[in-house]
Amino acid sequence: MTEAEIKSMIYEALGGIAPEADLDAVAGGEDLREALDLDSMDFMNFVVALHERTGRDIPEADYPRLRTLDGAIAYLAQ
Amino acid sequence: MPALGADMEAGTLVEWLVKPGDRVKRGDIVAVVETQKGAIEVEIFDEGTVSELVVPVGTEVPVGGLLARVGDGAAPQLPRPAPVLAPPKAPAPQPAAAAAPRPPAIPVTHAAKITPAARRRAAELGVDPEALAGTGVEGAVSVADVEAAAARRRAEPPAPAPLAAAKPPRRIGFDPAEMRKAIAAAMGRAKREIPHYYLSHTVDLSAALAWIEAFNAAQPVPQRLLPAVLLLKASALALREVPQLNGTCAQGVFQPGSGIHVGWAISLRGGGLVAPAIRDTDARPLPELMTAMRDLVQRARSGGLRASELASPTVTVTSLGERGAETVIGIIYPPQVAIIGFGSISSRPWVVDGRVEARPLVTVSLAADHRITDGHIGARLLTAIERLLQEPGKL
Repeated sequence: MTEAEIKSMIYEALGGIAPEADLDAVAGGEDLREALDLDSMDFMNFVVALHERTGRDIPEADYPRLRTLDGAIAYLAQ
Repeated sequence: MPALGADMEAGTLVEWLVKPGDRVKRGDIVAVVETQKGAIEVEIFDEGTVSELVVPVGTEVPVGGLLARVGDGAAPQLPRPAPVLAPPKAPAPQPAAAAAPRPPAIPVTHAAKITPAARRRAAELGVDPEALAGTGVEGAVSVADVEAAAARRRAEPPAPAPLAAAKPPRRIGFDPAEMRKAIAAAMGRAKREIPHYYLSHTVDLSAALAWIEAFNAAQPVPQRLLPAVLLLKASALALREVPQLNGTCAQGVFQPGSGIHVGWAISLRGGGLVAPAIRDTDARPLPELMTAMRDLVQRARSGGLRASELASPTVTVTSLGERGAETVIGIIYPPQVAIIGFGSISSRPWVVDGRVEARPLVTVSLAADHRITDGHIGARLLTAIERLLQEPGKL
């Protein structure tokens, strides 16, 4: 997957959780939980959505790496 | 029209999911009702054959008003009370006669009561609703009255069943302004009527979090648990030990809950709050509870909650989650008698064996109805929750 594809997948996953959010206004390094007001359940659903789209097992220890757009893109590009 | 909480006075029928002649059984979803809490699915608590849909789509119906008749499928049916669950609601604002056959049309002289849906329909059809005699509940002019008047004007036979004109389902979410009104009504009543007492207790969650971490390490992503599920289960099990806090209060008299159905407080994006029930919370294994919580959150936000879920909580639990404030002191949701609150989990100093250590702590609070219990009982609940959370493997 290219970086652009990963980014659009992340947007899609976040769009399902915070449909009203303007994702283009979120800076790459911003904490998504703060920027989009995601609670623990929302964040869990975000990880589940990424898991379902990529088929990757995402260990809980890696969750902190998914907290920003930049972090999530880098993590999924690995 | 079921009462979906102490604050609800009326709902608007927006969709029928059954038609006359359909067989229904207990638990079937038969209609969708628009309330201040969004679109709610109404289940039936009876078995039989739908003999008549009394209320056309678009009609606002007061709590206790008749929606449909259900019989055993034989000859014409005697009127029966509204077959949907109508939980106790004190004091009932509507006459019980709502379940009786329709009253004769009441001639209207002035200030006609007209349902909002009827007003809209009247505008569409060019009918003056003020000039009509209402046959709805309490003599209100309903959509059916408006459509009948339009049909008379066209000198046609009586209007076809308005049901045929049913609009596509309006599965919208909730209206934040209406939601605020519902919260204001319920919380205003709680503050006026319920003499609250408050307790709080700090609990060490090291064992609970370590257990979750180990559990989750062996689970695929979708099956992992959140700490909230442990807090929920521990609360439900503690209520088994202190049943005086699980139930409802009517005219100052305690009615024990017929099970521990915890209302799980869900904050909605864009503002607002609902606390639908997770039935028999105390009896469910953790993975099942987790699934139930995720399902409820999703449906709360998309407008797919069910009437029974809003009507049946016997207690409320609210958890602020990982980014919330340290402590929450709740307001009881009438007619319940207690609300348990968990602040955010944060690492703070804690004394273990005479030494100060950093531990993940949570402040658990209780607001309870002093007409029913005293602080001594309340304290037993909080210490039971603490004890249960020290042995997470048994939850």
